[in-house]
Amino acid sequence: MTKIKTVKADPRDVLTGEHYLDGNHASAEGGIAAGCKFFGGYPITPSTEIAERISQRFPKVGGIFIQMEDEMASMNAILGASWGGVKSMTCTSGPGFSLMMENFGLGIMLETPCVLVNVQRGGPSTGLPTLPGQADMMQARWGSHGDYEVIALCPDSPQESFELTIHAFNLSERYRIPVFVMTDECVGHMTEKVVIPGAEEIDLVPRRYTDKSPEEYWPYIPEKDLVPLMPPVGKGYKFHITGLTHDYRGYPVINAEVQEKCVRRLMDKIIKNAKDIIWIEEKDIEGAEVVLLSYGITSRVVQPAIEKAKKEGIKVGQIRLVTVWPFPEERVRELASKIGAYVMVEMNYGQVYYEVERCAAGKCKTVLVPHAGGTVHNPEDVYVAIKEAVK
Amino acid sequence: MSKTEIKITGFGGQGVILCGYLIGKAASIYDNKHATLTQSFGPEARGSACSAQVVVSDSRVLYPYVTHPSIMLAMSHDGYATHKNSMADEAVILYDQDLVKPEEHKAGVKVYGIPATRFAEELGRKIVSNIVMLGFFSAVTELLDREAVQKAVETSVPKGTEELNLKAFDKGYQYGLELKSEKAEAVTKA
Repeated sequence: MTKIKTVKADPRDVLTGEHYLDGNHASAEGGIAAGCKFFGGYPITPSTEIAERISQRFPKVGGIFIQMEDEMASMNAILGASWGGVKSMTCTSGPGFSLMMENFGLGIMLETPCVLVNVQRGGPSTGLPTLPGQADMMQARWGSHGDYEVIALCPDSPQESFELTIHAFNLSERYRIPVFVMTDECVGHMTEKVVIPGAEEIDLVPRRYTDKSPEEYWPYIPEKDLVPLMPPVGKGYKFHITGLTHDYRGYPVINAEVQEKCVRRLMDKIIKNAKDIIWIEEKDIEGAEVVLLSYGITSRVVQPAIEKAKKEGIKVGQIRLVTVWPFPEERVRELASKIGAYVMVEMNYGQVYYEVERCAAGKCKTVLVPHAGGTVHNPEDVYVAIKEAVK
Repeated sequence: MSKTEIKITGFGGQGVILCGYLIGKAASIYDNKHATLTQSFGPEARGSACSAQVVVSDSRVLYPYVTHPSIMLAMSHDGYATHKNSMADEAVILYDQDLVKPEEHKAGVKVYGIPATRFAEELGRKIVSNIVMLGFFSAVTELLDREAVQKAVETSVPKGTEELNLKAFDKGYQYGLELKSEKAEAVTKA
């Protein structure tokens, strides 16, 4: 594994202290603490507070905020800013997320570090602007055309919105990929205590620059970990990048052989490093009859149901997906033969559930507790599903 | 593990959300508790019905929304009427008596009125009526440490308005104390 150096956050960017913040403001502070210096976005409920806070804070930390003409332009702007040498981010919700998908794919193809926060609301279309959903999870996975792998993080609180936005920046620099923070209206508009540590306690992955001279440098020669290094800006590096299938030089080559090489590596740089990327929290798995999976706000809402089931003697284990993508395939597959059932709770009509079903491969029962969005699950429904699962 | 659900209702512009924010901030930053604030976030929150919900707990709040509040701060009759039937048994309802006309409640519900907007006007700014309500809430419910709430007010209101807001808080607090002791006396006499 390639050793990655980290640096400490810049104290000027970190609002150290105890705050009472909503998830959106906390996410903005996470981005700023991570050293983000460019934000391009288009306001949309329920994500707008991220843009608002960044627009207020950026003048104090030397960042540039642009309200773009739409979400397609926003996504392009953050890609351009990233190639211009700064960390960049945007935020949006459902309809804007759809519009960002094409240029998100460009970010994947160009291998551009940046962060996209999607504060999910109920869909489809304009749906429920002011109410929560978790129904963009598959769009995050497959929303742009072509084959690729993604990284998506799901915070369960304002505190985690802060922490995971920093983590998203670190992963994006580490693997040269746009990273999703998939939060939701509930977390985004929920206000809780957020502890922002001192800058010396925040580790950041700096941009991975080439040490080759401008004459020797090509933009797509990967390191051992399959991630190519970027050129420093303003140092005389001249190079070409394109959304077209390209070779190591970054020039378009339109044939099957280069396509295989190009796409294979885009996938493998995530697949082969998945063990380092995947972050799940397990509880009471040993001897569990049923394992409940959840992510984001849902992982909090299920707790009263789990407690109630446990009091009745049902052995309930849990897996909280902090990263939903890449999906913890290996773990879910392995556990399937040791337990009676998986219960997947998510605020949609079954998205990540299909991954659970696929990995369980018939070795255990899989139960979905769906919800169309608009509010969080009623813990009682989750309890009933747990009871059903152990029948 | 003790958990208290609080609902604050009124019109957009009365400082309903700020009032909820201050309760949550006082609890979680200055009173060593956990507090989660959520708010009605519909387009209707502009100028008409508006509400904030706070869950205050000794341990981490898991379910973020308020379902059966045991405390209500009512700053409009509409808000009061909409939510009064979802209150827990033995709930405490605090209301601005010039804006809310209380109706019949089930036995066990305690109701306390205060002319919060009038007090705020006497202090010079109608806009601080939410802080009068906050002081009233602090005295009547004793849920949070008084100093914690004052500190939340001091650190959150716009610079230059601290004194006015703390006065508003005190006004509500003192009124709450008096009303409580009156009620206690009435009970003793009865």
